[in-house]
Amino acid sequence: MIHSGLLLLQRDHLGGRVAKAGRPPLADKLFKVGTTLAGVYVLAIIAIMVMHLGSESWPIWEEEGVAGFITGTDWNAVEDRESFGALPYILGTLITSAIAMTIALPLSIGIAMFVMIVPKRIGQPMGYLIELLEAVPSVVYGLWGLFVFRIYFRDLVEKPLHDAFGDSIFLFSGTPFGLDVLSASIILAIMIIPTISAVSREVMLAVPHQQKEAAYMLGSTTWEMFKLAVFPYSKAGLIGAAILGLGRAIGETMAVTMLIGNTIGAAAMPQSLFHPSQTMSSIIANEFIEASPASIHMPALIGVGLVLLLVAMLVNIIAHYIVTRMLRVREGAIRN
Amino acid sequence: MMSTTVPVSGARSDGSDDKRARYKMVAENVSVHYGDYLAVRNVSLKFPENSVTALIGPSGCGKTTFLRCLNRMHDMTPGSRVEGRVMIDETDLYDSSIDPIYHRRKVGMVFQKPNPFPTMSIYDNVVAGVKLNGVRDSEILNEIVEDCLKMAYLWDEVRDDLKKPAIELSGGQQQRLCIARALAIQPEVLLMDEPASALDPIATQKIEETIKDLSSEYCIIIVTHNMQQAVRCSDYTAFMYVGDLVESGKTYDLFHNPKNELTAKYVEGQFG
Amino acid sequence: MSGTDSSAPTRSAGRDARVARRAEIRAMFKSNVKSRLTVDRVMLGVITACAITAIIPLFWILGQLVVGGLPALNWEFLTGEPGAVGAGSINVGPAIQGTIIIIGLSSLIGIPLGIGAGIYLSEVGSSRMAKQIRFFLDVFMEIPSIVLGLFAFLAIVLLLGHFSIWAGAFALSLIMFPIVARATEEQLKMVPWTYREAATALGLTNAAIAFRIVLATAKRGLLTGILLSISRIGGETAPLIMTILGSSQFFSSLDAPMDALPLRIWRFSLLPYEDARLAGWGAALVLVVIILAIHVGVRYYFQGRGGSGSGSGGLAARNTQKVNWSIGGRQNR
Ligand SMILES: Nc1ncnc2c1ncn2[C@@H]1O[C@H](COP(=O)(O)OP(=O)(O)OP(=O)(O)O)[C@@H](O)[C@H]1O
Ligand SMILES: [Mg+2]
Repeated sequence: MIHSGLLLLQRDHLGGRVAKAGRPPLADKLFKVGTTLAGVYVLAIIAIMVMHLGSESWPIWEEEGVAGFITGTDWNAVEDRESFGALPYILGTLITSAIAMTIALPLSIGIAMFVMIVPKRIGQPMGYLIELLEAVPSVVYGLWGLFVFRIYFRDLVEKPLHDAFGDSIFLFSGTPFGLDVLSASIILAIMIIPTISAVSREVMLAVPHQQKEAAYMLGSTTWEMFKLAVFPYSKAGLIGAAILGLGRAIGETMAVTMLIGNTIGAAAMPQSLFHPSQTMSSIIANEFIEASPASIHMPALIGVGLVLLLVAMLVNIIAHYIVTRMLRVREGAIRN
Repeated sequence: MMSTTVPVSGARSDGSDDKRARYKMVAENVSVHYGDYLAVRNVSLKFPENSVTALIGPSGCGKTTFLRCLNRMHDMTPGSRVEGRVMIDETDLYDSSIDPIYHRRKVGMVFQKPNPFPTMSIYDNVVAGVKLNGVRDSEILNEIVEDCLKMAYLWDEVRDDLKKPAIELSGGQQQRLCIARALAIQPEVLLMDEPASALDPIATQKIEETIKDLSSEYCIIIVTHNMQQAVRCSDYTAFMYVGDLVESGKTYDLFHNPKNELTAKYVEGQFG
Repeated sequence: MSGTDSSAPTRSAGRDARVARRAEIRAMFKSNVKSRLTVDRVMLGVITACAITAIIPLFWILGQLVVGGLPALNWEFLTGEPGAVGAGSINVGPAIQGTIIIIGLSSLIGIPLGIGAGIYLSEVGSSRMAKQIRFFLDVFMEIPSIVLGLFAFLAIVLLLGHFSIWAGAFALSLIMFPIVARATEEQLKMVPWTYREAATALGLTNAAIAFRIVLATAKRGLLTGILLSISRIGGETAPLIMTILGSSQFFSSLDAPMDALPLRIWRFSLLPYEDARLAGWGAALVLVVIILAIHVGVRYYFQGRGGSGSGSGGLAARNTQKVNWSIGGRQNR
């Protein structure tokens, strides 16, 4: 505000003639340049970031080859025997995110529907609560997962499942220790539920009343009303919500790091639900500080970061296009 | 105001059908509140079987509000409260022991603003309600779609692209699609809230023909601002004014010998 | 009007056939309402079960935070230097100080940039350019924070040769500025065009219009966006690992490593001692209280006064906007 006062003073000093003459006053120029720089900042950052990550990870691409690095399963930082492959972590990220989404998506939409159906005095506080929980930092979820959830989960779920099916179904083989793919995925799911359900709720609340009435008029039950009126209408938004959640799951670091068991190399290949593993973000968090910039250990970690960046951007861009296309169909047509 | 004017003999305007009328729906002392606001006051009306009743009255007088009572649509409006009874075939629509779905499937409704399901195809819009009733046979569905779209005078315009999303239709086309959708559930009562307000004269005429055609087997209640339309296609007319039912009776009588001064003014003001 | 139909016989014959056919079709309708209502009840049960299943862990976490964290809290814990682990005096004074400093510094970097970018999107840039930048901002917002940490490490830590608060603040500002930018843009869009027109008619310059009229009108919603972005970066851990590193000393210089609450919580969780675990819960409680206080404060302060703009409240509204945003320039203009 002080700033703007100065700008005004300056304008008064010039008597406003400059503006009338068609030549923009200096303040205006500065303003334009300044905001434009701020606007373009994001483009510059993205460009510099991709360049930096690319050049700093260059040695690893050279050493292992692009295909070699992405499909390799070794992870050996011992001097003179260095060998790095990112496949286990790529798979770890994809699989934990997929499991988390499978759990979180139906639950979140269920919550959103519940909040819509119940009377406002229950639904609204629940909506607030969900929003608040979205703000809880992931390291806190991790702490709870590590010290509380893991214990119960191991004793009440994993062990019985393992004892019953461990030998016959590969999914339940391994050692049920509570630090594994499944417990990390469940914590991830718990973390992204607030995100997905809060957005789904808003999106479904935005469905016009007339749509719901049309469904009820045909003799729908509440569930049928959702199927006829709410889901089709809010499909684009629900997909957007899901992908927002997926993005969070892919990039999430701390809670996963604290629960996934952090094995490396071939041992990190996700083999069963009860097998410890590693994700792209967790290997970076775990090893970055110890990695020596002199060896190719650090370039390998930066290479993992680059892959993570590309996966995250890809998911986002695909989401953007799906949602845009679905909405264009709707908006282009709302002309009456 | 308790003016329950009840036509006894179901004199059809063309005289083709002269049996005694039975009442399909009976509204008794219906009042509707929106919060503290009383939008419909103590209205009692009887709707004979196989007849068309027109609801007329100035804008904001509660026609839509009353019409929605006949289908329990107010259940979904937060803050609204309905008092009184609505009987349909001798059962109370507001009986809390019976789910309204049992009644709603007998009552089709066309809303004042067209509200097709925008992302569904034209075809799916029409059959949405039919499918709820467990009819899956595609031949039957096709037949229903064709029949209903013809009755709604939309068939010729959309017969070649039934798969098109409903949102791509014009406003008037959407309104006719909504009529077809309401007809497709084969209702016994048809509630229509200004069904022709977005239609051109030819489509309006066709819809009126459909209404007349259907009146031999349906109980139709239609809200309209168009006096000629009320005269052309209704057997009975009810006139409402700021929440009250002022007068009701045979359409011919109401328009030619109104008993109430207000009715006379309203009818004359816009008629002729 | 009730005209007699000249073709009455044929018409009514056709009509009779149709009436009969409709009766047949009506007969095909199944009386399935009961079973459908059963399905409806079952679905309602499923939905309720979903809600309960998902709510339980959330309450559990909050409850555990209070139960586990309260015993750790005392003045010494909040202000003291961390002693030797296992010796019974683990304190988080430097971590709290570090969190405050780093939030302040990243706000100093991120907020002006964000507001500038928001003004650019809404007032200055051509609509094509703005659309591109909006798209990249949305993509940027979803970049995993650990990647931003890596970038800050490469760009600043490697450059300066040591870990520092600067690097951490830079990383967090990268998380912050797109949020602020989009919040600014949304708020500016809600300022009626007539304000701008009136200002232009008075002969004000673009800069004066943007700062005096538009920003002043949108102030409240803007503050909401800023506070929410602060609560978001306050809990970030991953990018701090490779930027501020962690430390057991109080602040000495912006150019030196520093501690922060989330980082300290993580470190505690790695230690096998009972008092480290207790301190972890204590630190987590402090962090969550700070963040939730910002949220609850924002909701009550701004919503109670009908803040300018749509649901100037929680993250949900913001995320929904984001979903709408990523949908890309819906006819807002
Ligand atoms: N959802 C609602 N909440 C509060 N008041 C309402 C609501 N719907 C209608 N009203 C009020 O109830 C009164 C009757 O409205 P209604 O829609 O029934 O009028 P109408 O006779 O159908 O008018 P029109 O011919 O313009 O459609 C109006 O004064 C209106 O303001
Ligand atoms: Mg109306």
